[in-house]
Amino acid sequence: MTTAELSPPPLLENGTRSAGLRQRLTDIWNYRELLLSLIQRELKVRYKGSVLGFAWTLLNPLLYLVVYTIVFKVIIQSPIERFGLYLLSGLLVYNLFSVGLTAATTSITSNGPLVQKVWFPREILPLASIGANCVTFCFQLIILLTGLAVFRQAPEWSMLWLTIPAILVTLLLSVGLGLFLSALNVYFRDVQHFLELGLMVWFWLTPIIYPYAGQADKLPIGRMAMINPLTPVVTVFHRVVYNPTNFERTIDNEKTFGILIDEGTLWYVGNLSMAFVVSMGLLLLGFKIFDRLEANLGEEI
Amino acid sequence: MVDFADIAIDVNHVSKQFRSHSEPGKTFKERFLTYRKSVVEDFAALTDVNFTVKTGETLGVLGHNGSGKSTLLKCIAGTVRPSEGVVRVRGRLSALLELGAGFHPDLTGRENIFLNGVILGFSREHVEKIFDDIVEFSELSEFIDTQVKYYSSGMYARLGFAVAVNLEPDVLLIDEVLAVGDEAFQRKCIERVRGFQAEGRTILLVTHSPEQVRFLCDEAVVLDQGKMIHFGDVNEAVTRYRQSLADRGHQVPDDHGQRPVGPDGEPLASLKQTAVRGPGGETEFKTGDTITFVASFTTQPQLDYVRARLVLHDHQGMLLTNISTSDITGGDLDVRQAGGKEHTVEFTIDNLPLLDGQYMASFVLQSPDEADEYHRIDQKLSFNVSSSSAIGGRVAFDFKLSTDTPLIEG
Repeated sequence: MTTAELSPPPLLENGTRSAGLRQRLTDIWNYRELLLSLIQRELKVRYKGSVLGFAWTLLNPLLYLVVYTIVFKVIIQSPIERFGLYLLSGLLVYNLFSVGLTAATTSITSNGPLVQKVWFPREILPLASIGANCVTFCFQLIILLTGLAVFRQAPEWSMLWLTIPAILVTLLLSVGLGLFLSALNVYFRDVQHFLELGLMVWFWLTPIIYPYAGQADKLPIGRMAMINPLTPVVTVFHRVVYNPTNFERTIDNEKTFGILIDEGTLWYVGNLSMAFVVSMGLLLLGFKIFDRLEANLGEEI
Repeated sequence: MVDFADIAIDVNHVSKQFRSHSEPGKTFKERFLTYRKSVVEDFAALTDVNFTVKTGETLGVLGHNGSGKSTLLKCIAGTVRPSEGVVRVRGRLSALLELGAGFHPDLTGRENIFLNGVILGFSREHVEKIFDDIVEFSELSEFIDTQVKYYSSGMYARLGFAVAVNLEPDVLLIDEVLAVGDEAFQRKCIERVRGFQAEGRTILLVTHSPEQVRFLCDEAVVLDQGKMIHFGDVNEAVTRYRQSLADRGHQVPDDHGQRPVGPDGEPLASLKQTAVRGPGGETEFKTGDTITFVASFTTQPQLDYVRARLVLHDHQGMLLTNISTSDITGGDLDVRQAGGKEHTVEFTIDNLPLLDGQYMASFVLQSPDEADEYHRIDQKLSFNVSSSSAIGGRVAFDFKLSTDTPLIEG
């Protein structure tokens, strides 16, 4: 009572008001503890009741590795050397995007009772799903690093920093789309099913299993493939982690990376910048649409 | 002019319209198939609701099903954006989550307490400080590291209530959850709500129960089809609520019609004072005590006979007895002598057959044919009974035991 008299908190309009971007970001910052708790919850709950538990996080990409290697190396006889490393370096970062986005899309609908009863910045829910997936990503990187160690293969140190903007672009893209889709999924549950199909198409449109060089860049539209913001991200990982210079070959006295484009850092930076602009645009649009759809979330859910 | 300095909740001309699709299609297919047929109507869940709650007050919200109570609560909690108007709240708000809506079944009680606290906008540090209080209040210390999916619904609710009240919010929203848990826990909840009131915190209680409103609230709002038909006095609110139920063809628990009046416009009979007391003036009772319910009343000269009626309820509003003077003596009160003067009537029980609990008494004055009700004072009188025995329930029946097996002397 006395403390209340000393500093009476202000009479504030409550959370559902339509808010600008700055206010939204402030709200999210103020609720950062909730964000962390929800990330924790998602990780704790994910493998509760399963015997292998957290090992599943590592088993999943390992199984992909085995299956794809058999199919593409043994059966189809892909020319890519050390196919497993090539696959993983692209697949993990693609999963960072796709798994996070999938979880984000259903994050609001699956927390229905909570959304109806308590106000908190709703963006926290998709953000938590994506955040939890970031942690998974970090653990899965262990497999990749182990692979590099086993093959005694060094990454391209001079370009290593490029992976950071690449991951940033991936996250911006998944948050932007995640905001939009999570809110839309409340109104149309089809969204989650469409997303499943959409991500399958997206996977094959991204040079993860096949090389970018010699395939995508031969398209008549040339660099059109780069419109897919994940293409520059994945090619950066290929270039840096898979690092084909380790087994570069000489053909007709000319050095070639064989399966990767023989381009310098600038080429990657340029492509990433383009992807960054696209992702940033989608993120702002995501916030804008989220604000619109948020008004009736508590009802429509 | 309202002084905003001591307002805790300001609901300012709030309206909420919903798009009502007869069956809201949740998939594209449903929406497209019904596209032409679907008449999108705006359904007004709330229309221009306008009230304020002062800091430290308890406001009851009464209304029939579908009257907009939940929507109002959601507007205040901030989960629904009003179509028009503004809701403002001072300080931290904590909503009692219906059956622990914020709980995750796979997490333990301990983990859920922290999660729930953070969801309600408190810091982990704060939850840490009051963690022991929460556990103690919930009486779940044995199970606190068990996943809550193994909890019974009562345990769920207890944990939810314990978290919400122990976080010490400035404003507490309670949505018809006081009816969960066993009696002992319910009493504890009510006590806790009382404690809240004593600490000067603000409470908004949404309920179907007029008894709870009368018992706990300072003021009340009555909603009828989204419109606020009353804001203010609690007893008046209960009357309006019952009227609105009656208008909608529901059974009316207690009919508060117009009181019959004499030619001068004054009521024919009026209760003046009511009291509960023991032979020595006691106000606390034990099972087996002598207890007397006293009412004084005045009548108009043209009134000859009056029937007085005593009604007892337990704190949950369950009827225990509804007995009239004529049930006891076979006759009614003759008030022809000394009209205008105060009469008294006393209902006495020599061997109080009630067990541990809180009870409420009501008095009614009516005509001997029971066609007219002159006056009624509903559940203004409350009294506590304590019993030393371990018998459960409300009534101490006078049992005899016979058995063909040997009995061991206790």
